[in-house]
Amino acid sequence: MKYLDEYRDGTVAAALVERIAAAATRPWVLMEVCGGQTHSIVRYGLDRMIPPTVELVHGPGCPVCVTPLEMIDRAHAIASRPEVIFTSFGDMLRVPGSRGDLLGLKSRGADVRVVYSPLDALRIARANPTRQVVFFGIGFETTAPANAMAVHQAKRLGLTNFSMLVSHVLVPPAIAAILGAPGNRVQAFLGPGHVCAVMGLREYEALSASYRVPIVITGFEPIDLLEGILMAVTQLEHGQATVENQYVRAVSPDGNRVARDLVFEVFEVVDRKWRGVGSIPQSGYKLRDAYREHDAEQRFEVGAIATQESPACISGLILRGMKKPGDCPAFGRECSPQHPLGATMVSAEGACAAYYQYGRYREAAAVETP
Amino acid sequence: MSSDVRSLPFSECPLPATHVEEIRLGHGSGGKLTAQLIERMFLPAFRNPALEALDDQAIVAVNGSRLAFTTDSYVITPIFFPGGDIGELAVNGTINDLAVGGARPLCLSLALILEEGLPLADLERVIHSAQRAAERAGVQIVTGDTKVVGRGSGDKIFINTSGIGIVPPGIDLSSRHVRPGDAIVLSGTIGDHGVAILSTREGIAFEGELHSDTAALHELAACALAGCPGTHAMRDPTRGGLAATLVEVATRQRVGIEVDERAIPVRDTVRGACELLGLDPLLVANEGKLVAFVPADHAERTVASMRAHPLGRLASCIGRVTADHPGIVVLRTPIGGDRVLDLPFAEALPRIC
Amino acid sequence: MCLGIPGEITAVREDDGLRVGRVRFAGISRDVCLDYVPDAAVGDYVIVHVGFAISRIDREEAERSYRILEQLGQTAELTADRDEPEPSP
Repeated sequence: MKYLDEYRDGTVAAALVERIAAAATRPWVLMEVCGGQTHSIVRYGLDRMIPPTVELVHGPGCPVCVTPLEMIDRAHAIASRPEVIFTSFGDMLRVPGSRGDLLGLKSRGADVRVVYSPLDALRIARANPTRQVVFFGIGFETTAPANAMAVHQAKRLGLTNFSMLVSHVLVPPAIAAILGAPGNRVQAFLGPGHVCAVMGLREYEALSASYRVPIVITGFEPIDLLEGILMAVTQLEHGQATVENQYVRAVSPDGNRVARDLVFEVFEVVDRKWRGVGSIPQSGYKLRDAYREHDAEQRFEVGAIATQESPACISGLILRGMKKPGDCPAFGRECSPQHPLGATMVSAEGACAAYYQYGRYREAAAVETP
Repeated sequence: MSSDVRSLPFSECPLPATHVEEIRLGHGSGGKLTAQLIERMFLPAFRNPALEALDDQAIVAVNGSRLAFTTDSYVITPIFFPGGDIGELAVNGTINDLAVGGARPLCLSLALILEEGLPLADLERVIHSAQRAAERAGVQIVTGDTKVVGRGSGDKIFINTSGIGIVPPGIDLSSRHVRPGDAIVLSGTIGDHGVAILSTREGIAFEGELHSDTAALHELAACALAGCPGTHAMRDPTRGGLAATLVEVATRQRVGIEVDERAIPVRDTVRGACELLGLDPLLVANEGKLVAFVPADHAERTVASMRAHPLGRLASCIGRVTADHPGIVVLRTPIGGDRVLDLPFAEALPRIC
Repeated sequence: MCLGIPGEITAVREDDGLRVGRVRFAGISRDVCLDYVPDAAVGDYVIVHVGFAISRIDREEAERSYRILEQLGQTAELTADRDEPEPSP
């Protein structure tokens, strides 16, 4: 497959690894932001190919992982209503709320359907005019244009039975929160390639300047990630702190203006709570008043949501790069994809799930806890 | 990991642990949930050596002969799909479970659970497919049963087939004979069946080949055995994909397995669909593939024997069994790194077989 | 969730006021909304995320940047068994 296969070339990968080893003269801590990047790193064993001087920590770039519990519970309450067809990306189905998950609701009779695209949810709404179709609109800025278009279309077509439960989160405020937190170890970032394909580089330039950190906007294939790591390490070695674009084939400095225009027409920026991290100001989207008719939060009165807090999960620390899945005593024992204690184990892109899927728990079991 | 990181207090996590108290779709996926159900409920209930071997078929000694006996149920949706239908699947699938036990398939039973409202024309089509598949395989459907449930209590048609075969003397293909040093030979491309089904469900159009690989494998198995009479074991990877088969063998037989991802053939169309849907072909169901575990120096001969048969044209040696890392399957990735292959927790594609 | 893969546009049409493309990914095709890539035409490659093209692949940039990587790979191969430092690309 063009633009994919060549970025999985073993010879180029080996050469990049050599270059990284030659460039890194002392320890550095890099964070990749996107869950998709984490997944790729673990899937291809990239973190074990690069020299130990370069440490990769995993960031909060998994929108499933950071969706607040209240929102999950709200989704479950809406999905339980008999008139509702609840549609969602597959990842959200197994995220536990205070009482079970969407898959459990489905097995007890709720009409819960997995869709690949929000446009599929629109199609379901048109095909079922007597039912209420709700789409769980989670994601980063990458997904916002798709969700915006779905709502925009719904309004244009007068689809009164379609609404969206919006839980969008934004990357730059999360990076700022990580950099501003006491005890932060991250010295450079591999920036989110597809988020930047939409949003451009401007926000990252501001972050890089304020916090004096290198940010290399990186793609998702092994070669992209290795090249991004090399660029970041090179900057660090030379005391530089700028934004560089590794993912030039998909990202332009201005991003996708057409997409952003529609996103800002449909959504506005609000404060959002991130699971495991807390409230981050101006870090999410909600639907504007002009589109409130399609806002599931407005449409469905679900009453007070009483969330059930539970200890032992360190997802928050993992999402901030302060711990790795292997640091968690529950990893691979009480906590596994079958019995997830936290979101980072449930989502396919969560760091814990990635580590578990690729067998890292076997190593965790072998390590003695001091 | 520095000590100051370890001393930070845990963040409070708002998620409770969930414990599954009812059957989930994942229990039928052939992955970890299924394995759990077998280990925790079925084995303790039905203890006996034939069952505990947990091969694709049970071998039972009867008056000096060895009979292979197997059963499978088919709940696939949609019932008609590119490359076949539930009738053909039900016949081929059970023949295959016999074939990988080294058995010559003799006869099948066919039990139907029909939903009220199923068009007779659809049923007829399925029955004719089943008959054609049985004829092609030289096997007879000798007994059956028909039940009907009310509208909404089933889903068009569920089929159970059970099969009996005879295992010639001297042949024992139980996975317990797998040993370190064995070569692992795969008969062809993986992921075809699962992707064909999912693409139909998702409305993904395709150019070129994207159809189920459902096929009766007894002849291919016989070819492979003729080429390598010392074959240690055979399996047919179905739901859960090639990964499920390899992990099961590694775990149950306490051996390590190493496979090279580059040696595993995958059709372009299947690759494209997997990339698009975020699937790993290794975890996707098959219905017409064999995996043979043979002594290392017999690998080439096994590959050649399989390739001589139309169903084995793309056969290749994909890896080996090792004494290192027992219970763990290691995959060498295309870029030269390594990763561990594990059982999927729950199949991404429910009702795939 | 940020799963975005490259595919080739093979046909374009209007559907319900949206510009929709048939996009091919190694022999399979799917409908993709092209409203966010108004300049993309048949033969172009786009990055597809949840049924939407979010970016058009810049061929020249891709080729240019990959050439450098390729050279890196070739150089590494050539110098694999020697002790000399790698020549710069």
